[in-house]
Amino acid sequence: MDVILFSVFAIIAVVCAINVVVQTHPISSAISLVGVMGSLAVLYLLLGAEFLAAAQVIVYAGAIMVLFVFVIMLLNAGAETKEGRSLAVQLLGVPLLVAFLGIMAYFVQRLFPSSTMVHFGGFTGGGVREIGRALFGAYLLPFEVTSILILIAILGAIVLARKEMD
Amino acid sequence: MGDLTNDQFFYLITVVKVVVVFAVLMTVLAYLQWVERKVIAHIQVRPGPYRVGPHGLLQPLADVIKLITKEDLIPPHVNKPLYILAPFLAITFALLSISVIPFGPTISIAGRETNMQLANLNIGILFILAVSSMGVYGIALAGWSSNNKYSLLGGLRSSAQMVSYELPLSLAIASPLLISNTLDLRQLVNTQSGGIWHWNILHGPFPQIFSFIIFIIAAFAETNRVPFDLPEAENELVAGFHTEYSSMKFASFFMAEYANMITVSCMATLLFLGGWIAPWPAEYGSSYVPVLIFAAAGVISLFHGAQAHLKMDKITFPVFGVIFLIIAAVFLLPIVQAWLLPLFWFCAKVGAILFAFIWIRGTLPRFRYDQLMSFTWKFLFPVAMLNLLVTGFLVALRP
Repeated sequence: MDVILFSVFAIIAVVCAINVVVQTHPISSAISLVGVMGSLAVLYLLLGAEFLAAAQVIVYAGAIMVLFVFVIMLLNAGAETKEGRSLAVQLLGVPLLVAFLGIMAYFVQRLFPSSTMVHFGGFTGGGVREIGRALFGAYLLPFEVTSILILIAILGAIVLARKEMD
Repeated sequence: MGDLTNDQFFYLITVVKVVVVFAVLMTVLAYLQWVERKVIAHIQVRPGPYRVGPHGLLQPLADVIKLITKEDLIPPHVNKPLYILAPFLAITFALLSISVIPFGPTISIAGRETNMQLANLNIGILFILAVSSMGVYGIALAGWSSNNKYSLLGGLRSSAQMVSYELPLSLAIASPLLISNTLDLRQLVNTQSGGIWHWNILHGPFPQIFSFIIFIIAAFAETNRVPFDLPEAENELVAGFHTEYSSMKFASFFMAEYANMITVSCMATLLFLGGWIAPWPAEYGSSYVPVLIFAAAGVISLFHGAQAHLKMDKITFPVFGVIFLIIAAVFLLPIVQAWLLPLFWFCAKVGAILFAFIWIRGTLPRFRYDQLMSFTWKFLFPVAMLNLLVTGFLVALRP
């Protein structure tokens, strides 16, 4: 059952991810990205990280992508026009992609030997309590530093926006 | 049912529960509209739907038939895949959250235990938040794909409004969760057991009356209801995001709106009002309240039937009076009390909040768009934050 669900949602995630690039209209790409986020959330759920799955949907699919869609709608961005591909792209595109995937596969094989395979249901530390203890215990400093970073980004955005208004 | 294995029993009871909940939900969705039209009509001193059936009671049925048999137009310049997808998204995400809402305690059927709930998740609250935050796509995409300036404006307003009001909503939810110390909806209700002074709205180191009010206000905005119905403001935007929709696609937006209303009312009930728990314990007679209410309704109906002016009312009022009296008698049976009483209290609380939704629609005018935004960012969000901080501080100090 877990394997079937994993295959279904992994395939959906990959198809949606390819669709993000293939679609010419920004809104269609954004919706495909929402599909990727949603299927990733299901994969987290299958691995036993239920809080991460919920946070993935709430934050990424439900808030960030809504803002994306909002901005695309506000700017009323039209469909991309296809331009002729350059000679370098036509010649080197596919070989480079194959080489990249090959290198990725090699390193993944090297770094994670098959003895440390992921088992469905083998991980139980994904509850809210465990995540909370980890965030406010072991990883307190990185967590706070990240939030300061986000605060700086927000302040920067406000400063830039105010300058525009005046 | 004695020779079923536990697995077989689980599948059987789940199918039965799904069918029952779906049928009840659909009926409630249809009749909520009738209730809304009737209540608003009486607020505006007019009779409301009256022609189809006694007191317009068959009006929802007529509406459903009309909507199904209408021609399903797709305007020529729409983005067709998204135009068709949008109502599906809206109705799917609206109905999905009902699946984790508990309607009552664990009951036993034929000697086996089962929850009065479709699926019990240990992150129930987060699941509802996640699903309802996805609901905005239905409206935003409907507005965009219709290729109509009014629809686009409606869609834009709705996405901005829903993202903004999700913040105070989530902060308002966080405070009772701190007090109850769980995300499981069943446990959440169980921590509030014992009577009205144990409910989160009045209980705890810091009574959650403020977060209840913030939650209700934000819920009005999340469901696009008056006074926050900017996305479908009919006197500026024709009909807002669903201007170009017809037939069942149009209906599914309405069903989504009503389903969302039911969901947020259920959430408010579970988080703040103690779910299915009676306001005072059964040893002080709370189990006779439904009997008294239904008996009173029956007697009043019989009384009005005896001195009715209309010919039809002379039949319908006594019939309903007898039905109410039978319901009152059913509440006295000890066999059904175990599940009927919790269900009654849950429905009573949800119904009271739904009535408030309708009441406010009949009372308040619509906000202006800039008022709407400054209200949430400059008032609601800071107050919710303050409430959360105070609650967290007092919970931390609690021995």
